Amino acid sequence: MPKQLIKGNEAIVKSAILAGCRAFYGYPITPASELAEAAAKYMPLAGGTFLQAESETASIYMLFGAAAAGVRAMTASSGPGISLMQEGLSYLAGAELPCVIADIMRGGPGLGNIAPEQGDYNQVVKGGGHGCYHTIVLAPDSVQEMADLTALAFDLADAYRNPVFVLADGAIGQMMEPVEFMARPVEPRHMPWAVEATPETRKNLVTSIYLEPDNLEAHIRKLEAKYRRCEREEVRFEEYQTGDAEVVLMGYGITARILKAVVEQLRATGLRVGLLRPITLYPFPVAAVQRLARSAKLFGVVELSTGQMLDDVRLALNGARPVEFYGRAGGNVPPAEEVARFVRRIARQYGVAVAEEELAHV
Amino acid sequence: MSEFSVLQQKAESFYPNYGRKAELQHQTHYCPGCGHGIISKLLARAIDELGIQDRTILVNPVGCSVFGYYYFDVGNIQSAHGRAPAVATAAKRARPHSVVVSYQGDGDLAAIGTAEILHAANRGEPITVIFVNNAIYGMTGGQLAPTTPVGAKSTTTPYGRSIFNEGYPLHVCETLASLEAPVYLERVAIGNIKGILQAGKAIRRGLENQVNGLGFSLIEVLSPCPTIWKTTPQDAQKRIREELSKIYPVGVFRDLTGDRGARPAALPAPTLNELPALLELDAAHTFETPDRRPTQAVDWRIKVAGFGGQGVLMLGEVLAEAGLAAGLDVSWLPSYGPEMRSGTSNCHVRLATHAIDSPLISRPNVLLALNEPSLRKFVHTVEPGGWVLYNADTLPPDCRRDDVNFVTDSFTKIADGIGDTRVGNIVMLGALMEAAHLVGDEQVDAALAHTVKSARWLEFDRKALVAGKLAARRIVQGVVQ
Repeated sequence: MPKQLIKGNEAIVKSAILAGCRAFYGYPITPASELAEAAAKYMPLAGGTFLQAESETASIYMLFGAAAAGVRAMTASSGPGISLMQEGLSYLAGAELPCVIADIMRGGPGLGNIAPEQGDYNQVVKGGGHGCYHTIVLAPDSVQEMADLTALAFDLADAYRNPVFVLADGAIGQMMEPVEFMARPVEPRHMPWAVEATPETRKNLVTSIYLEPDNLEAHIRKLEAKYRRCEREEVRFEEYQTGDAEVVLMGYGITARILKAVVEQLRATGLRVGLLRPITLYPFPVAAVQRLARSAKLFGVVELSTGQMLDDVRLALNGARPVEFYGRAGGNVPPAEEVARFVRRIARQYGVAVAEEELAHV
Repeated sequence: MSEFSVLQQKAESFYPNYGRKAELQHQTHYCPGCGHGIISKLLARAIDELGIQDRTILVNPVGCSVFGYYYFDVGNIQSAHGRAPAVATAAKRARPHSVVVSYQGDGDLAAIGTAEILHAANRGEPITVIFVNNAIYGMTGGQLAPTTPVGAKSTTTPYGRSIFNEGYPLHVCETLASLEAPVYLERVAIGNIKGILQAGKAIRRGLENQVNGLGFSLIEVLSPCPTIWKTTPQDAQKRIREELSKIYPVGVFRDLTGDRGARPAALPAPTLNELPALLELDAAHTFETPDRRPTQAVDWRIKVAGFGGQGVLMLGEVLAEAGLAAGLDVSWLPSYGPEMRSGTSNCHVRLATHAIDSPLISRPNVLLALNEPSLRKFVHTVEPGGWVLYNADTLPPDCRRDDVNFVTDSFTKIADGIGDTRVGNIVMLGALMEAAHLVGDEQVDAALAHTVKSARWLEFDRKALVAGKLAARRIVQGVVQ
C-alpha cells in the first residue's frame, strides 16, 4: 500500500482535511506550529479556511463560530496556548459544539520550554474550564495514530456534539513515520441544529445560557448522560503482553512506545510484565485496569510529568493493587534502560519473581 | 383614542411573541428608556427592508443585549464576553452568503474584547458591528466602562473616574479609523428624534455594505441607560446630547463604500476525488512499499549528530525514506527547537524488519558524527560491533574504542571537492552504505530523488554519494589490511 513518511503534526492536518475539516483557526506555538503551517498550505486548496488568529483565545472562539455554522473545524496548540483556550472550551461544551483540538504538549508550567512533556493531562482530561463538562481525549502513540485518531476525533465530536482533543507530546508531533491515509475522503454529515443562514435553520439558536436554575440543571444532566454514554461506548486501549503480566505498566503517547521496549527488554529476562496503553484518556479505561488488577500484583505508571494520569489509575484501582510511579519532566525523555531499572526495582520491592542474574544488575 | 393610528408595524424580523423569555413574553427585558429597544427596532427594520431575514446571523454578546435571541427571528449564536467578533469572523467565513451582525456593548467590545474587535476590523472581516456605548456596565449593575467619562462615578469608581487610576475614555471609532481595512465607521447618538433617524440610516448602511460584499462596518451608538444613570428617560437623552456627544463627537469616521469594490469570491471547492492529489498523497508523493520485508532480521538504530546547518536532519530523513523503500519499518525523531538555530542538532533513525517500539535511540549501532562534540557526546553509547562514521581526518585518541568499527574521513572536504560543502552529509551517507550496507543502492537513490526537490541539488547529491562510497572503500580496505 502507498505510504508517506510524514511528521505527526502534518499527518493530523492531512487526515483532518480527508475527514471533512474545512476550517483551521490557530496561533503558532512550538512544537505545534507545523499544524498551522500545513493547514495554511492545504486548507485553501481544499476549499477551506485557514486563518492565523490574533491569539489562542480568538482561535477557540473562531472554532465556536465555525462549528455553530455547521462546519468541521479544528485548531492546534500546546501548553500555554491550551491554557488560554480553556474559557472557550467550557463555552463549546456548554453550547454542545463539535470541534477538534490538537495539543502537542511541551514543558511547563509558565513558559517552561518547548521539549516534549505530558503536563497538559490535567487541564485537558479533567476539563480546565469552568462548569461540569468533559472533553473527549484521544492519545496517539504513533504518526499513523495521529492520522487515524484525528479522523475518529471528528466523528466523535459530531456524534457527541462535544469538543474532542488529540493529545500528543512534542515527540509524537515532531517525529516522522510512514502513514497510510484513509482511502476515501469524507463528506461530513449535515448538522440540523447549526446556524447556516438559511430559511430552514433560521430558528436555530446556539447558546450556553440557561438562566433558570431548573433549566440549567436539566441541561447539565443531559450533558452528564452524554458523558456516561461516552464512558460506556467509547473507551479504547491497547494491551501489550498483559495476558500473564504480574506487573502492568501504564503510559500513553511517546511514553507508551518506550514502555513497549521496556516490556521487550524485561520479558527477555523472565519478568512477566505487560503494557496497558489508554488510547482514550477520557473516557479512561477503568474496566480494563480493574480486570488486569485481578491477575497482576502491581501497577507501574510512567509519564513525562510528576504524575497526572497516575490519579486516574489510582481511582480506577481504588486501592485494589499498589501503584508505583516513574516520571521525568522538563522535556527529559527517559530511555528504555532507565525505565527498566525502575520496573526491576518495584518488581523486587513487591516480591515479583525476577531471574537471579538480573537481580545482580539492580 | 380614536385619533390614534399605528404607523409602524412590529418588524417581521422580530418574533411576534418572545417565547424564549420565561415570563412577560410580550415585552422586552430592557428597562424603560433604554437605548437597546430603539437600536433593536432600527436593526430589525433594516433587516426587513433589505429582505435578509433568512440569511442573517446575530451574534449575541455578554451584557444587557445578551438576550437578543429572545427577540430576533434570525439565526442566533450566543458568544462569550468580548469574543463576538471572533465568532462572527468564522461564522461569516463558514457561510459567505450570510449577513452576520455582531451586537456588542462597551464592556464587551471596548474592554475585554479589544483584541478581537481590533483584529476583526484590521482583517476587514465583511461583518457589521453594532457598538452600543452607554458609558457604563449596565447588566452587572453600574461598574466602570472604558467609555465612562472622566470624573463620573460608578460602583467601582466611587470617587469618580480618575485619569491617574483608570485613564481616559476610550474612543473606539477614532481608534479603528487609524486602520486601513474598515469600509464604514460612523458614530450616532440617540438623544433625540433626529439622532434616532440618523442611527437608522447608519445601521441600514452597515448591513447594505455586507449585502454588497464590502468589508468591515461598525456603527457606534451613544445610547441612554436611565436605570444605571439614576435619571429619567428624558434626562438620559439630554445627557446624550449635552455630555456624551461632546466627549464622543458624532459623525462619519470612515466611508469607503463608494471606493472599495466587492471582496473576491472564494474559489470553487475541489471534488472529494481531487483531494488526495491536492494533499500530496498521490503516487508522486508516496512510496509503494514492497509487500514483503527483507528476510534477514535487522534493527538499525542510527544516531545522526552535528552542527545545525550540516544537514543532520536531512541525512536522517534520506535514511528513513530509503528504509521505507526497502520495506522496513522506520522512524525518525529529531531534536527540535532553538538548538537547531545555532548549536548542535541530532536525530534518531530506526530501520527494522519488525514493528518499531521506541523511536528513541539511547544505544545506537550506527553513529554518524558530523562534528567533534557529537562524537564525544555519543561515541561511548554505541553498541559493541556497531559503526561510527566521523567527519575528520583523525580520531581524537580519547574517543578510540576497539570494539566498534570506525570510518574516519573529512567528508566535508570531499564535498568541497565536488563543489559544495553542504553535501558533506550525503558523502557520509555514501560511506555508510559502502561500509555497512544498510539498504540497497537503488533504494538510497530513490530516497534521494524523493527527498531532494531540485534537479541541481540531486545531481550534487548523487556525486556526493559516489564520492563517499569511494572514500569508504579506501578506508575499510585500509582497516582490513
